[in-house]
Amino acid sequence: MTQLPQSTERKMGLVIDLDTCVGCHACVISCKGWNTENYGAPLSDQDAYGANPSGTFLNRVHSYEVQPAPTDAHPAPAAQLIHFPKSCLHCEDAPCVTVCPTGASYKRVEDGIVLVNESDCIGCGLCAWACPYGARELDAAEGVMKKCTLCVDRIYNENLPEVDRVPSCVRTCPAGARHFGDLGDPDSDVSKLVAQREGMDLMPEMGTKPVNKYLPPRPKDQIEDQIDILAPLLAPIAEEPKGFLSWLDKTLEKL
Amino acid sequence: MHPAPSVILFTTLSGLGFGLLFFLGLGMPDVSGWVAFVFYAIAFGLSVGGLMASTFHLGHPERALKAFTQWKSSWLSREGWCAVIALIFMGLFAIGAVFFGQRWGALGILGTLFSLATVFTTSMIYTQLKTIPRWNMKLTPAMFLSFSLAGGALLAGQTGVAVPLLVIAAMIQALYWWLGDKAFAQSGTNMGTATGLGQRGAVTAFEPPHTGTNYLLREFVHVVGRKHAEKLRIISFLLAFFVPVILLLLPFNHFFALLAVLSHLAGVAVSRWLFFAQAEHVVGLYYGKR
Repeated sequence: MTQLPQSTERKMGLVIDLDTCVGCHACVISCKGWNTENYGAPLSDQDAYGANPSGTFLNRVHSYEVQPAPTDAHPAPAAQLIHFPKSCLHCEDAPCVTVCPTGASYKRVEDGIVLVNESDCIGCGLCAWACPYGARELDAAEGVMKKCTLCVDRIYNENLPEVDRVPSCVRTCPAGARHFGDLGDPDSDVSKLVAQREGMDLMPEMGTKPVNKYLPPRPKDQIEDQIDILAPLLAPIAEEPKGFLSWLDKTLEKL
Repeated sequence: MHPAPSVILFTTLSGLGFGLLFFLGLGMPDVSGWVAFVFYAIAFGLSVGGLMASTFHLGHPERALKAFTQWKSSWLSREGWCAVIALIFMGLFAIGAVFFGQRWGALGILGTLFSLATVFTTSMIYTQLKTIPRWNMKLTPAMFLSFSLAGGALLAGQTGVAVPLLVIAAMIQALYWWLGDKAFAQSGTNMGTATGLGQRGAVTAFEPPHTGTNYLLREFVHVVGRKHAEKLRIISFLLAFFVPVILLLLPFNHFFALLAVLSHLAGVAVSRWLFFAQAEHVVGLYYGKR
């Protein structure tokens, strides 16, 4: 049914660290790889090797430049490049679900994941119109709506080793910029991370109440106390040699 | 938004068709026999033809019946119900008028109400979308309803009603354009809120996530058509409202009446094209586009 649940037992979602993301697009590729072979219809490409390739992806990485305004303390602040992965935010008040005329789009009560039942989808595209984040893409080959499933076929999959029971994008991120967990539990690791780093919502004014949070990047041109964090490690450990090295030192001096 | 011909055809034709059914249900004109047959053929042709056109953009039209299930939450589903109920009531009412020379008034009133409800639910499909500030206005249903009623009165030959309704629709259209042009800025959504980085400084798109195009850009970022928007607005306004009103004020003539209908239809189609082509979806912000 496309009526939203009053509340969900858990709020599974992602926390994306914009401070750490290096913009390598590995999450994009691993997402496409896993999701084209597993849950639902494959993620098709059109004209993949031709002049005008395009295809369906559930996760995409934008890159933005942010130019801070000059202040008295920082008269010429450096512009910062921020890589920005974007996928379904599994909103608590998901507008994509309520607009669906067929009941194909739904939000699960047990974990809050927003899914599409592809055999009920008529491909009208209205859910993609209702989503402010561009999280839904209509597959051109299959004619049904595709979206992030939070790798629902991985996270509960007992055929996989436990370490792999996280979304494919999280498992693959080489920078550790993506975290997965229950954002409805204030004691979970992801919730603590969000609290500590002041995690934020995208377009809060839309009233969608996204479950996924973004951790803001730290300013890279203002490092306060820790001028050189590697310096202590590079200092010589022993000023004066002892034991065998001391004897060798003295012997060589005499020659 | 991508101005899909199927959706423009649907909203234009079925809006006009249900507008005509509205007046036929009220007995304006009170017709029977062959004359009624022609009126109802036009009304059903427009409304049903429009509904059929709307299924062309579906990925899986063969599953369209499933769209009747979610009337509790979905305006699209409600529109389907209203349209079917309106067509059933008006179909029975038409049988009475065409074959039995009877006017089953209660059926006509019900058909009238559901015809109006169909146009309203259609407009709500667009109005409900917060993601498209130009549509997310109270004036959107007013525009759809006023267009439908003005066009319906024109088709029904109700000159006395059509002229004031056309004038009202013209005023709503002008107001809609005026307010619509300010809607995106007033929504408060910009690249800063979209990325959450706005408090740190000015956000610009540095690199897109893909070198080619994709579904999102094709569907939501339609920039090409906006170039001639001002000219098209004038053309649409003249064709939809100005020309028909002048023609209706002239001494009555069947040829003038036909011209008025065709001019109105063309004008509304241009206005509907602009309705889509000028609508900016907030997802464009992620690409640094509108």
